[in-house]
Amino acid sequence: MSIQVKHLSKRYGNQWAVNDLSFDIPTGEIVGFLGPNGAGKSTTMKILTGYIPATSGDAVVCGFNLNTDSLAVRKRVGYLPEHNPLYLDMYVTEYLQFSAGMAGVSKVKSAVENAIELTQLLPERNKKIGQLSKGYRQRVGLAQALIHDPEVLILDEPTSGLDPNQVVEMRNVIKNLGKNKTVLLSTHIMQEVEAMCNRVILLNHGKIVADNTLDGLKKTSPNDSLETIFRNLTSHVGSI
Amino acid sequence: MWVVFKKEIRSFLGSFIAYIVMGVFLIITGIFMWIIQENNVLDLGIASLQVMFNIAPYILIFLVSAITMRSLSEERRLGTIEILTTRPVSDTSILLGKYFAAVGLIVFTLLPTLFYYYTIQQLADPLQGIDNGATWGSYLGLILLAASYASIGLFASSLTDNQIVSLIISMVLCFFWFGVLSLLGDVKALDVIGKSLEWFSLDFHYQSISRGVLDTRDIVYFLGFIASFLGGTKLVFESRKW
Repeated sequence: MSIQVKHLSKRYGNQWAVNDLSFDIPTGEIVGFLGPNGAGKSTTMKILTGYIPATSGDAVVCGFNLNTDSLAVRKRVGYLPEHNPLYLDMYVTEYLQFSAGMAGVSKVKSAVENAIELTQLLPERNKKIGQLSKGYRQRVGLAQALIHDPEVLILDEPTSGLDPNQVVEMRNVIKNLGKNKTVLLSTHIMQEVEAMCNRVILLNHGKIVADNTLDGLKKTSPNDSLETIFRNLTSHVGSI
Repeated sequence: MWVVFKKEIRSFLGSFIAYIVMGVFLIITGIFMWIIQENNVLDLGIASLQVMFNIAPYILIFLVSAITMRSLSEERRLGTIEILTTRPVSDTSILLGKYFAAVGLIVFTLLPTLFYYYTIQQLADPLQGIDNGATWGSYLGLILLAASYASIGLFASSLTDNQIVSLIISMVLCFFWFGVLSLLGDVKALDVIGKSLEWFSLDFHYQSISRGVLDTRDIVYFLGFIASFLGGTKLVFESRKW
């Protein structure tokens, strides 16, 4: 198991952002975290990457418990946060060298080359990040996430704000990475999941409302489109 | 820690603020040392850098605050703090990397003033008749003072994601700890309380070291001061986990 989550909860003030979440993700799976805005996707990802602690419950990533071994987890996880934050005044290579250093990579040069190649950043490598198009910036964000060849990749809305061509390219890059890594990615677009994931975990109001393979999800109501299933599952629970 | 340190130095030297800040510092101290009537070294006829050491603490308030204003606030504004803190690096090393980068830059800014030292040494009669003990003591005091300002600046920078707000908070706090507290010692009405408050001011210990006598109490004061503000910074920095 790459990721094991048991009764995970996170409270902000008196609001539960994540409420008693439990799921397992075996090694090598690409899992889509799906749900409307505010469903708790980002919060869960922030907990799994060690950015914030859970209020209660356990999360075990790569065999290490985040409550006790955060540093060990962080060594093995690559993270692309929501909105893809970057230092716009740094050069692409410079930034990746910095990322490699922060990730504790010993062979910085080859790690940077590798990441540039995997994300097809070659033509833009000598530019400043601020000069790049959104699609290339997203690739830089992905490149920093996989600079240390992590076992698990956690990507928060990796394709948001990209144009259709860039979305397709990004999906291909992620799918390729998924061949030998565990990937957990979030999105609120159904097609996204269809294009990339083996399995989908649907969240609403901090709770899991569906955890299934795509085919399994389709079988639950064969006459509806995935979009309708999504709407049914998320609006239903929300209104009660 | 050194990865953060290196990145900070590089990004700072790559920005305009660095050169403006350093230039302003050297120009102002230069003007006070050599040009302004009556009080400059040549008119006073005393072979010492005292003029600079009197004015520098006030210029440094601005200088150091400008150096540290972006260090954490910018990370927060950009959101890069989330990447930084999810790397296998402890919060303490991130903060220390940033802190030492700021201190390093300040020391670097102070280096050119060694020319003033050389100049005065050559002008003095007898040759090299400068008071070395007081001068090096003052330099040490100035560096410790700047390092204290830097800890205040980093703390201010952790409070907000707005650089300008961070700059203002930092300057106000620096001025309070350096100037306001030491002035309280002169207020007759406060009597003993004023005197004890004065002991807590940065100025008091800066003056004390400047005399060229190394007193452990002063060193301990400065190190304790820095540690307190860095501790405060860490507390604020980790408040996301509450």
